[in-house]
Amino acid sequence: MRNSRRSEKIAFFFLFLATLLIVVPVGLIIAIIIQKGLPAINWQFLSDMPRSGMRAGGILPAIVGTIYLVGGAILFALPIGLLAAIYLSEYSRDNLLTRMIKLAIVNLAGVPSVVYGLFGLALFVVFCKFGASILSGSLTLGIMILPLIITSSREALESVPDSFREVSLSLGASKWQTIRHIVLPNAVPGILTGTILGLGRAAGETAPILFTVAAFYLPQLPKSLFDQAMALPYHLYVISTQVPNVDEKIRYGTALVLLFLVLFMNLVAIIIRYHFRKKKKW
Amino acid sequence: MVKVEVKNLNTWFGLLHVLKGVTIDIQANEILSAIGPSNSGKTTFLRMLNRLNELETNFKMEGLVNLEGKDVRAIDVELLRKKVGMVFALPLPLPLSIFENVAYGVRMHGMHNKGKIIERVEEALKKAYIWEEVKDRLEESAFKLSGGQQQRLCIARTLAVEPEVILFDEPCSGLDPISTAKVEEAMLKLKENYTIVLVTNNVKQAARVGDRTAFFLSGELVELDKTEKMFTAPADQRTDDYIRGKFG
Repeated sequence: MRNSRRSEKIAFFFLFLATLLIVVPVGLIIAIIIQKGLPAINWQFLSDMPRSGMRAGGILPAIVGTIYLVGGAILFALPIGLLAAIYLSEYSRDNLLTRMIKLAIVNLAGVPSVVYGLFGLALFVVFCKFGASILSGSLTLGIMILPLIITSSREALESVPDSFREVSLSLGASKWQTIRHIVLPNAVPGILTGTILGLGRAAGETAPILFTVAAFYLPQLPKSLFDQAMALPYHLYVISTQVPNVDEKIRYGTALVLLFLVLFMNLVAIIIRYHFRKKKKW
Repeated sequence: MVKVEVKNLNTWFGLLHVLKGVTIDIQANEILSAIGPSNSGKTTFLRMLNRLNELETNFKMEGLVNLEGKDVRAIDVELLRKKVGMVFALPLPLPLSIFENVAYGVRMHGMHNKGKIIERVEEALKKAYIWEEVKDRLEESAFKLSGGQQQRLCIARTLAVEPEVILFDEPCSGLDPISTAKVEEAMLKLKENYTIVLVTNNVKQAARVGDRTAFFLSGELVELDKTEKMFTAPADQRTDDYIRGKFG
C-alpha cells in the first residue's frame, strides 16, 4: 500500500520532470528570440530590400522566397504523397515487398537534409536543367518532406476503422467511393498534422536549398519559377557567419520572422484541421 | 421460389477450412436463421452471400452460390451488394448525420435528385420503425442515438438501397431486450417483401422469428428444417444438445 503510493509519486516526479525539460528550453528559445529580435521588427524591416551589404534595410526578398519555396514544396508533395499513401494503405497487398517499401519510406524521413540538397542539385539543377531556381528548390524541399507526408497520411488512413469500409462496401459502394466519401474525410485531420510538420521542416531547412535555389544576396523579388531567391534560413546563416558586423538585433529579428512565418502557416493548417475535427461525428 | 442456392460450398482462410460442404436453399420471403456455437462458420456462410469474405486476401472457396440462378461471382460485386444488403453484429453507423447515413447508399448508386433521396430516406426509416424517433433530429450525428436506435438506423440504411435479400449478422448481440424486440418486430414485418437470413447466437431468437432454422457446427451444416420441427423434434442428437444448452 505504502509502496504503491511511493512509486506513484516517483513516477509522477519523473514524468513531470521530463515534460519540464522539454517545455523550459522551448520557452527560453522563444523568449530570447522575441526579446532580442522584437526591437528590429518594424514596417521597413518587413517590406524593404536588404541594404549596405545586409547590415541594414529589410528582409522582404527572404520572406517572399521562403513563402514561395514552402508553398511550392507543399503543392508538389501533398498531392503526390497523399495519393501514394492512399495506394499503400488501401490498395497494395500486405506482403513483404509493401512492408519493405513502407519501412524504406519511414527511413527516408531520417535522411540528413544535406543529402537531399545534393540529390536536388544533381537531379533538378543539373540533369533537368532547371538551374538554381525556385523550381529546383521547391522540388528538393518537396522530396524531402514526401516521406513525412506519406507516412503520416498512411497512418491517418489506417486509423479509420475497417468497419466503416465494410459497411460502405456492404451497401454496394465501390472501393473508390468508400475511400473518397468515408475514409478520406475521416483521415483529413491526421493528414493535416503531417502537412504541418512538413511545412515547418521545409521552411526551416538550409541545406536542401543551399545548392538548389538560395541566393547569397539578391535585393529583388523573384519574377519567375526559374529565378534564384533568398530564403530566411539561409539568409540567417549568411548574416550570422558570412557577413561581419551585422547588428545582433537584425539576426534575431530575422529568426523571429522565420519563427512567426512557420507559426502562421501552421496556424492556418490547424484551423482547417479543427474545422474538420468538429465535423467528425465519432 | 428459391432465392439463394448454396451448393456444396467449401471455404478456406489460409489453411483454415471453415465451411465444409454446405448446401442450403433459401426461399424467397422466408426468414432462415442460422444458429450454432461461435466458430461454427455461420457468419462466414452469411458473408458468402454478399461476397464480403473476399476482402480477406487469404480467402478461397469452392462450390457454388447462386442468386436467382446466377453465380454471385458472375454478378458485378457492387450490384450484388445492392441486392443483398447486410446488417452487422454491432450497430455501425457511418460517421455522418442520421439522414446522411441512410442517404449514403442511395447516393453511391447514383441518385442525385434531392427530393427523391429525401423520399427514399423517409420511407426506409419508416420501414425500420425508427422514423418517429428521429424525424426531428435528422441532421444530428448518428452516434448520438442509443444502441437500439443505431441498429434500426443501420437496418434503414440497408433498406434504402432497396435490396432483395437482407443478411442479419447477430443483429441483437449488443442490444437490450426491448431494443431486441423492436428489431425482431421489424424483421417479421420485412419478410413480407424481403428474403431474410439471420445469423444468431441466441437460440430463442431463432425460435421466435425463423421460418426455418439451420444448425451449424464446426463448419458443417448439421441440420436444416422448419423451425417448429427443429425445436420440438430435431433429427440429430447434436442439434438437440445445442438447443437444450448442453454445449455452446
